[in-house]
Amino acid sequence: MTLTWKELIPLTPEVFLLGSLLALLLVDLFIKQPRRGLTHFLAIAILVLTAIMTARPHPDVQTAFGGMFVRDGMSDLLKLGILITTAVVFVYAKPYLKPRGLFQGEFYVLCLSGVLGMMLMVSAGNLIVVYLGLELLALSSYALVALNRDSKLSSESAMKYFVLGALASGMLLYGISMLYGATGTLDLAGIHGVAAVAYHDQRLLLLFGLVFVIVGLGFKFGAAPFHMWLPDVYHGSPTAVTLFIASAPKIAAFGMAYRILEGALSSLLTDWQGMLAILALLSLAIGNIVAIVQTNLKRMLAYSTISHVGFLFLGLLAGSREGYAAAMFYALTYAITTAAAFGMIVLLSRADFEAEEIEDFRGLNQRNSWYAGMMLMVMASLAGVPIWIGFIAKLAVLQAAVTDFLWLAIAAGVFAVIGSFYYLRVIKAMYFDAPASIEPLALPNDVPFRFVLSVNCLLLLGLGLASGPLWAWCLAAIPA
Amino acid sequence: MESWPLLSLLVWLPIVGGLVVLASGEAHPQRARWFGLAIALATLVASIYLYAGFDSGSAALQFVEREPWIGAISSWYHLGVDGISVALIVLTSFCTVLVLIGAWESIENRVQQYVACFLVLEGLMIGVFCAMDALLFYVFFEAMLIPMFIIIGIWGGPRRVYATLKFFIYTFFGSIFMLIGLIYLYLKAGSWALSDLAALPLSATEQMWLFFAFLLAFAVKVPMWPVHTWLPDAHVEAPTGGSVILAAIMLKIGGYGFLRFNLPVTPDASQEFAWLVIALSLVAVIYVGFVALVQEDMKKLIAYSSISHMGFVTLGIFISLALVREAGNPDAARLGLQGAMVQMVSHGFISAAMFSCVGILYDRMHSRMVADYGGVANTMPWFAALFVLFAMANSGLPGTSGFVGEFMVILASFQANPWLALGAGVTLVVGAAYTLWLVKRVIFGAVANDHVAQLKDIDAREALVLVGFAVAVLALGIWPAPLVELMDASIAQLVQQLLASKV
Repeated sequence: MTLTWKELIPLTPEVFLLGSLLALLLVDLFIKQPRRGLTHFLAIAILVLTAIMTARPHPDVQTAFGGMFVRDGMSDLLKLGILITTAVVFVYAKPYLKPRGLFQGEFYVLCLSGVLGMMLMVSAGNLIVVYLGLELLALSSYALVALNRDSKLSSESAMKYFVLGALASGMLLYGISMLYGATGTLDLAGIHGVAAVAYHDQRLLLLFGLVFVIVGLGFKFGAAPFHMWLPDVYHGSPTAVTLFIASAPKIAAFGMAYRILEGALSSLLTDWQGMLAILALLSLAIGNIVAIVQTNLKRMLAYSTISHVGFLFLGLLAGSREGYAAAMFYALTYAITTAAAFGMIVLLSRADFEAEEIEDFRGLNQRNSWYAGMMLMVMASLAGVPIWIGFIAKLAVLQAAVTDFLWLAIAAGVFAVIGSFYYLRVIKAMYFDAPASIEPLALPNDVPFRFVLSVNCLLLLGLGLASGPLWAWCLAAIPA
Repeated sequence: MESWPLLSLLVWLPIVGGLVVLASGEAHPQRARWFGLAIALATLVASIYLYAGFDSGSAALQFVEREPWIGAISSWYHLGVDGISVALIVLTSFCTVLVLIGAWESIENRVQQYVACFLVLEGLMIGVFCAMDALLFYVFFEAMLIPMFIIIGIWGGPRRVYATLKFFIYTFFGSIFMLIGLIYLYLKAGSWALSDLAALPLSATEQMWLFFAFLLAFAVKVPMWPVHTWLPDAHVEAPTGGSVILAAIMLKIGGYGFLRFNLPVTPDASQEFAWLVIALSLVAVIYVGFVALVQEDMKKLIAYSSISHMGFVTLGIFISLALVREAGNPDAARLGLQGAMVQMVSHGFISAAMFSCVGILYDRMHSRMVADYGGVANTMPWFAALFVLFAMANSGLPGTSGFVGEFMVILASFQANPWLALGAGVTLVVGAAYTLWLVKRVIFGAVANDHVAQLKDIDAREALVLVGFAVAVLALGIWPAPLVELMDASIAQLVQQLLASKV
């Protein structure tokens, strides 16, 4: 098989991203620290250009490298989500990194290579490509978590993340090897074709492979009981890095899960449905209940992530087109919501002060009512109160799950109510408690940051009021 | 007249106006007050225009607006009103105006946020009353929680955080099952339109589960015994305006939900379990009435009295099922439903007025305890006269609005079962007992202490609020026909829906 240039056309965005991130790495060497803003600008420009290349008015299915790489409507939409979210993350990260001496080119290059990994994950047509993308993302993330090398907390959580992440990768790889053993191929479409037949002869091997793959997926999502790394990593990382690993990778994880579960293993639907149902229930329970006792906002948001993963699984495990579209909708909207939440933490942080305790938000309404209102919207959206997008996303996954998993939908509803309590606690701190000092909030002198943060928060409301187009787009991206 | 979207205007004018007030900032409280009042008055005018343009002879939906909202799940931005909605919309916009006037001087911190909360709340409540798409209804129904949460939490009393969290979580919990029920219905019917859901055939088991899902949501909202415990806390801690809106309108949304969901969508289950709701209503009417008798806190007393009066509403609604299905008496059923509706509107005015009265006293004395008062009539004669009027209305004196609804419900329940009527009639005694005893202890007698001796009578602004409510209470009591006629065609249609089994 000879490689022609024509075959690379579907990969244009990835190739561009790879080339320009390498160029950025070099260029950054010659940029002096006072001009570091240029790296920041270039990194965002790279993301925007990649996004422009990714967007196609009429996405058709294109493949490259003999089906190892697939570009379809779903991958386009997910990549756009990843790229835009990461661009927003860059905007939010700058005012955090700058006063802490972390405003270096490495942050941008590592994030961009993580983005490349994510783009491969959602476009994978082969288990090896899935793994490749996943590891590229994971290795970038490990390094990012340890970005602040003087911080013991960061180093500890990077270590933890690395060890557990490596373990999970091993599990996934082990599962992949079993799937290979059972079907004789690594090609997702090939497995899909063989699995239905092999299901009779090789059932045990397939199921074992499936279990290990699900464990690996569960770890990457941060679903209970594979969630232990998540609170520590969220808490220990510099907030700018938490921003990154909390948002876009959730979109990529959905893409990966869809590729493997639907693309390759849909004949094992009833088997993985049950497994995901257990993971979903545990995530909802542990995430929502443990979050109640957190006093650190970053840890609280970590547990909240776990519970949202439970909701996302609710859509996945329906195994229907509507269900996948709902899960995708959930992943996309969750990524922008969580970016806004961590953006608010950045907003309140100072050079010598991490505003990561819920206490730090006390009386925010009296100090700056605009941003208190913005945070109110983020929390209401996360809690799933109507007119914010979080409600529509929950509605989407619930309506996908109600038919076959009514009990789980009801349980999810009950846990959503329990979960609303800790989001309300943040609102309570901002609106009902007296502030430690009544002087107005000193805002970071970064106009793009403040502007994007406000737009992001208002978008949660705007999308909630007019969710039709995005939902329709998600539905159109999933082949019938 | 049909050409421009009056209902959208009613929903969005206060919401957008509220956001404008919010953006105006802290520096100009007086401007925020006037602008908020102007918006509320404009909404009131629009709602009166709606009433004037409404054809009460027809049971069909009027002023309908229908635009696609979320295409993927075929949900529509579908607004429309029938007689029941119009009555409640006018009530909402009327009360909001008086609430804003009432809070003119008593709220001094973060005025713009206070005004904005009430305006947004008004828009959302009007949205609940005119949403004809179940999902849209749910969105408005739930979105109301956030402004009310903030109203109680910021401007409330000492235990406001506890009360407001309890309020939020209770209501949120109640409605989550309704959401799942609605999703189930949507998947079955392929539509969220209330008319489609009402026409959808459902088995007895399905109806039973849906009935309880709806019951939980609306029973918490009404609130019915035994899920009423959030209400006394919320009322006691809420600022006067919050109590007024809570009692006058938010509780009505529970009753409205019964009429829109339980009765038309699950008529057979509603009939089967009518005994349960009737029993709970009687407990509310009688037992909670006795609970009100022993309250030391005026706001708590009125809160319990609200629960007791709302018991009449649920009684009237569900007695109609027994009447129409078992006794074969649709006329009496109509009477029961009309009684329930009149009671809702009337209780809206009376409870709003009572809470405003307590608020006026609280502004002067900073106490809600009955024991701190006595002989207020000596120092505040005008106030005392109006307070006594509202107290009489609350105990159901003929000539006031309180009498009309209760009488109609008792009359209807007599035709179902005289013992039920007797049980409901007990409230006339108990209600009179706790209300008049309150009047005796607070208003009459010798001046109890120096603070009471220094009280100033109501000023023109406060008089405007109370007289506004007084006119409404008396008008409705003396001549309830316009209200009854307004809703008659819609209620007749509802009774027709109840006649047909869906199994």
